[in-house]
Amino acid sequence: MARALINVPPKAKRGQVIEIKTLISHIMETGFRHDNVGKPIPRNIITTFACRYNGEEIFRADLYPAIAANPFVTFHTVATESGTIDFEWTGDNGFHETGSAKITVE
Amino acid sequence: MDTDIKRATRRDVLLAGMAGLSVALIRIEPAAATPESMKRAIRQVVGEAPVRKGKVTIDVPALVENGNTVALAVEVESPMTAQDYVKAIHVFNEKNPQPNVISARLGPRAGRAKISTRFRLADTQTVVALAEMSDGSFWSASVDVIVTLAACLESLD
Repeated sequence: MARALINVPPKAKRGQVIEIKTLISHIMETGFRHDNVGKPIPRNIITTFACRYNGEEIFRADLYPAIAANPFVTFHTVATESGTIDFEWTGDNGFHETGSAKITVE
Repeated sequence: MDTDIKRATRRDVLLAGMAGLSVALIRIEPAAATPESMKRAIRQVVGEAPVRKGKVTIDVPALVENGNTVALAVEVESPMTAQDYVKAIHVFNEKNPQPNVISARLGPRAGRAKISTRFRLADTQTVVALAEMSDGSFWSASVDVIVTLAACLESLD
C-alpha cells in the first residue's frame, strides 16, 4: 500500500488560484538498471496521475522513468466551489492508488 | 586503367564512410536519448507545427549535485481564460535513457500554468520544456544543467 500525501488548502475564496501538492511513495524503478548479478530489473513506475474537482478532471500527467522516486507533482487550480478533490495514480503491475481532500470555498 | 583505379578507390572510401556512419548511429542510439531522439520525441508531440522560443520559464538548479532527485518547475505565461489557455506542458531531456520526463494536461480551470516535480538526470545536459497553447501554437524554453552525480548509472545498494 503506497502512502500518498496531499496538500490542498482547506479554505479558499471563490475564484482564488490555489496550489495543490501531491507526493506518493513509489520506487519508480526505471527498467534501465541491473541487479548485482547483471540481470535487468524490470520497469515499475507510475504512468499516469489524474486529479478531479467535484468529478470534473482538472489535471492529468503522464509520468516517465525520468521522474524521481516518490513522485512529487504540484499544479494549480481555481477554487470554484466547496467539495472534494480526488486524486488517482496508476502504474505498472496493476498499481492503483487514490486519495482525496476536502475544500471549503467561501 | 588509371581512371578505373581512381573510381574504385573513391567508391571504396565512400562506402567505408557510409558504413562507419551507420555503425556510429546504431551504436549511439540505444545507449541514451541523444539530442536527435529528443527532437523526435518533440516532433511526436508538435507534429509539423513550428515551435517558437519564449513564454516558457524553466526553474531548475544550474548545478545539480545529485541527479537522482532534481527539483523542476515550469511556468508558462498565459492569461488562462476560456479563450486563451495552456493545454499541455511537456518536458524533455537529452541524455537520459528516454527523452520524455513528464507530459501534463491542464485547462482554463488551472488559473495558473505552473507545474513542478522532481526528476532524474543521467548526465550534464539540456532540458527542454514545451507548452501547447489552446490556439495550437507551441512555445519552448531550454536550460543547461550540470550534473555531478548522475542518476540511472549507479548499482543497487
